[in-house]
Amino acid sequence: MAMPQTKHAFETATDNAVAVRNVTKNYGETEALKNLTLEFPRGELTSLLGPSGCGKTTLLKIIAGLLEPTSGEIEVNGKPVTGPGPDRAFVFQDFALLPWASVMRNVAFGLELRGVARSEREDIAAKYIKDVGLAGFEASFPHELSGGMRQRVGLARALSVDAQVLLMDEPFSAVDEQTRRKFQEDLLMLVQNENKTFIFVTHSIEEAVYVSDQIAILLPRPSRVSEVIRPSGFRDKGVDNIRRDTEYLDIVDEIWASLRSYVE
Amino acid sequence: MQYRSQLLKLLSAVIVFGAWEIAGRIPVSYAFPTFLESMQALARMTFDGSLFQAYGETLRPLVIGVAISAVLGIGLGLWIGLSSVFDWLFSPIFIVMQAAPLAALIPILVMAYGIGLTSKVFVVCIMAMPVIVLNTSGAVRNTPSSIKEMGRSFLASDRDVILKIVLPAASPIIFSGLRLGISAGFIGAILAELKITPTGVGDIITFSRSIADYPSMYAAIFSIIALAVLFLNLLEMLENTLFEGNYRGYASD
Repeated sequence: MAMPQTKHAFETATDNAVAVRNVTKNYGETEALKNLTLEFPRGELTSLLGPSGCGKTTLLKIIAGLLEPTSGEIEVNGKPVTGPGPDRAFVFQDFALLPWASVMRNVAFGLELRGVARSEREDIAAKYIKDVGLAGFEASFPHELSGGMRQRVGLARALSVDAQVLLMDEPFSAVDEQTRRKFQEDLLMLVQNENKTFIFVTHSIEEAVYVSDQIAILLPRPSRVSEVIRPSGFRDKGVDNIRRDTEYLDIVDEIWASLRSYVE
Repeated sequence: MQYRSQLLKLLSAVIVFGAWEIAGRIPVSYAFPTFLESMQALARMTFDGSLFQAYGETLRPLVIGVAISAVLGIGLGLWIGLSSVFDWLFSPIFIVMQAAPLAALIPILVMAYGIGLTSKVFVVCIMAMPVIVLNTSGAVRNTPSSIKEMGRSFLASDRDVILKIVLPAASPIIFSGLRLGISAGFIGAILAELKITPTGVGDIITFSRSIADYPSMYAAIFSIIALAVLFLNLLEMLENTLFEGNYRGYASD
């Protein structure tokens, strides 16, 4: 597990998979985001953390190309974002599965939309269904699965299109506590093995500190980045030891201290 | 479970027909035959071929009208659901159409289109189309935004979003509109034959009543209901094969 740390040492901060520059987003009179600038290093997981209503999901959807910023620019691999693209895949908070389609078709749906032939896309989908631990459920329908299993389908769908950037919008907030812990551990493995850039929206401080290489704290009305924290000391200690590491505990306390006054 | 639901269906049929038989034997009215008499008349009409001849005439406006209503209704409903301008333009027409007293409008239709097939098709369409259009547009408008967003984020074109997301998502309510619309279409087809020119099944009903052959009259009415139920079951089977995962079971099972 020593890899992420050495990687930090090698690569300079200039190798960013995603860069957000001076982005402002207004909904009518309301300023949702104001002049927000943030960079997302390649191959790392960056969390967007903040109280509810701070615009973290808005920012994620702007990066996804689902929302247009009022001003400012977003670059993914150096190219400006004008809409959804093949370099980004989205994992939704409410899973966003097609209820009439089997697990297989749901996972292969991204490839289907890209015009990949049926046998080929089902081969790819089958691999990722197996990877997320749903082998044997290919023919099941979403309403037959538990919440955790549904999100695994959503994750497999995002992985199967092989995008370099994975955008996750509170992906574990709709699953139970135990499943969430398992997901968090799996996510750490995924970040290590997949060589993708993850952008992860969460409202859980513990979750953000547990899974992130970099945490961006967003403060509301209007949203701006108040702080970027890079935990470094406990990544290589193994998934079981992170939660009792003193640096982990300190960062959690520190973040809560700075967010406390914004929570009603 | 399957066995039990079959049993319940059979039981409910036995209760209804049993009640009919008893009511006919009391008798409730001299114009109300027993179930068995009606079934005898039905068998007679089936074997002498007059029933098939009648349906040959009745099914024509019915099938044409229902087909037009389904295709045009779903198309228009989709358009209305997707565009608010179209909603303003067309929704009121169908709401008025649904509320209009059709029997009173038939003379106007006859004046405009004569007593032939066209008028009858119109009657079927006026009965069947509004509910199909209104159901479709409502369902399309209420497509969960998160799955549309999912489609866009995975690079769906507008066409993909409509064909692979909006229509399947709306399909349970579209199909329930089709079920209601087709039932109404059956009513329309018989109404047209009673009110415009007596042909087909409408002719059997009118003629049998005029010569007080009530078993035949009720046999004709029974046959049209049976046909409608059969048709609705076929539609349900079509829905279940097309959108398997949407299937949660209907109360009619």
